[in-house]
Amino acid sequence: MTVTDTQAPSSHRLTTSKAMVDAIAYEMERDQGVVYLGEDVGPYGGIFGSTGGLLERFGPERVIDTPISESAFIGLGIGAAVEGMRPIVELMFADFMGVCLDQIYNHMAKIHFESGGNVRVPMVLTTAVGGGYSDGAQHSQCLWGTFAHLPGMKVVVPSNPYDAKGLMTSAIRDDNPVVYMFHKGVMGLPWMVKNPRATADVPDDAYEVPIGKAAVVREGSDVTVVTVSLSVHHALDVAEKLADDGISVELLDLRSLVPLDRRAILDSVTKTGRLVVVDEDYLSYGLSGEVAATITDTDPALLQAPVRRVAVPDVPIPYAHALEYAVLPRHDRIEAAIRSVVDA
Amino acid sequence: MEQSVRVELYRTMVLSRAFEDAILREYHADKGPGFDIGKGAVPGEMHLSSGQEPAAAGVCAHLTTDDAVTATHRPHHFAIAHGMDLRKMAAEIFGRETGFGRGRGGHMHLFDPDTHFSCSGIIAEGYPPALGQAFAFRRQGTDRVAVAVTGEGAANQGAFHESLNLAALWQLPVVFVVEDNDWGISVPRSASTAIPSNAERGAAYGMPGERVEDNAVEAVYAAAGRAVERARSGGGPSLIEVHTVRLLGHFEGDAQGYRPELEDVPGRDPIPTYERTLRADGALDDDAVEGIATEATERVEDAISFAKKSAVPDPSTALAYVFA
Repeated sequence: MTVTDTQAPSSHRLTTSKAMVDAIAYEMERDQGVVYLGEDVGPYGGIFGSTGGLLERFGPERVIDTPISESAFIGLGIGAAVEGMRPIVELMFADFMGVCLDQIYNHMAKIHFESGGNVRVPMVLTTAVGGGYSDGAQHSQCLWGTFAHLPGMKVVVPSNPYDAKGLMTSAIRDDNPVVYMFHKGVMGLPWMVKNPRATADVPDDAYEVPIGKAAVVREGSDVTVVTVSLSVHHALDVAEKLADDGISVELLDLRSLVPLDRRAILDSVTKTGRLVVVDEDYLSYGLSGEVAATITDTDPALLQAPVRRVAVPDVPIPYAHALEYAVLPRHDRIEAAIRSVVDA
Repeated sequence: MEQSVRVELYRTMVLSRAFEDAILREYHADKGPGFDIGKGAVPGEMHLSSGQEPAAAGVCAHLTTDDAVTATHRPHHFAIAHGMDLRKMAAEIFGRETGFGRGRGGHMHLFDPDTHFSCSGIIAEGYPPALGQAFAFRRQGTDRVAVAVTGEGAANQGAFHESLNLAALWQLPVVFVVEDNDWGISVPRSASTAIPSNAERGAAYGMPGERVEDNAVEAVYAAAGRAVERARSGGGPSLIEVHTVRLLGHFEGDAQGYRPELEDVPGRDPIPTYERTLRADGALDDDAVEGIATEATERVEDAISFAKKSAVPDPSTALAYVFA
């Protein structure tokens, strides 16, 4: 699905979570400084399968269950990174950022800057995002716009197994703090509705997907749809359906919010003249506005129609299934937005 | 206690005070007329540590620059006691390109990879990264330790308690230091903390806790010696509270109307107190005191001069160093 330059000779079908683990294991083999810390990452294997099998392979000295003390163990990751290790630290849900946000945005993200570039913080903060399974307002947010708004951390959001592995490899090897946000709906978990693209062929060897480079998931000529994560799959479903009606959708998976691949957005809209942004985060002050501004700041004349944004309309994610589906950017809303832009 | 160690403690305190006196002078030099916090060669908030030198001198005397120190928004005495470069420190406080952070950090955000020194402008939040330094030191097979400092007000923050628990749970080589200067900005300790000594809190987390009264530098030295040795030898963390005094306001410009006993504060200055003790014991005489003072003044003036002569950062580089 992803446009990539190289394919390794040998591959296996993996879920997104197993592909993530594949990358972590490879990097742990390669670098003794890589450790994984977090809640339930040991024998449990991560609530969302982010560390399955790592404990058995690397032992409790490197795959470490922490107390429920996010400020302490995220800060611990920062200090360890400053002293030359490459820790990966898991915040179980992005929704929990409030209990440890100071460590994230005042420390992890600012130390390199405040030190005038003299101190590096090469750590990965992994966290689960997204709704769609009635987990309520405190366990279903994406919040990537919040992380991306605060300077000093890279923010990556894979949508599929191949990217999940390659972005994880890049994140671990990066000398900066990288927030790696995985949507529960793309992980291929055995206890959640299966997205058919949450399992795919993944090369066995290590490889990097560059952070900051969007993927053209589908080429098209009538309208550009820019999105990330689970919404990539919804948008792809819609694009395939609309093709039958003669609407040609070009679909961009940003893959990272920081850095943002503005060039790819501009190139695509230059070609299509129309833009729909799909974002499972809140509407206001977020990714969708940033992507739209990328066009208007550069050349509003590229647009033959107003930009349409499909996002969560500034309301906490409701619990009841019908209410939740009403606010999430799902197929019906994406299709309506694309049709309205094309008809404009 | 060896006389040479006592003299070194005194020397460290005098150097710290000389630095702070110079910063005080430079800070206020161009703030008028009236008082504009953003004006002058040293702009912004300024939190001076005059009076709190015993905690820094007594603790850091047991450390080498391979050990880590994480200080607070009032960091200068620990930075100096830990052996940080005075020139780079002054330059950072003056916001110059030659400073520790090339002018990006300022006086609350000093980072020196050479001495593993850092500090945080957010109370208690320097504790968690110190855990990580201790964690790394142990993983790397060394006997290095991390020292983390807060004030007594910060001991009521969540990060303080999370950090003590985790350090004790994993037996990390950390020495937690609380400087109790009686005031969280304007709020007295009696209005913020339900127990008389934060050292008691060590028991809640399974680590020794020790409180040093009367800003006594030699008692700090002794307590820190036990704690550092315990950490180095794999015995895990300790908690030390030092009852100290903030001779100045919370920040420069603080009129301290909340502090009715202000007239008593200068009398609690630990440096002349310690000097009298050392003189009485024959460890110092007039010549030695003058020599130490002169050396401190010269080093500080050299640092201030270096800072003043250094270039201000080029505005065109304002976006640099967000990412490596």
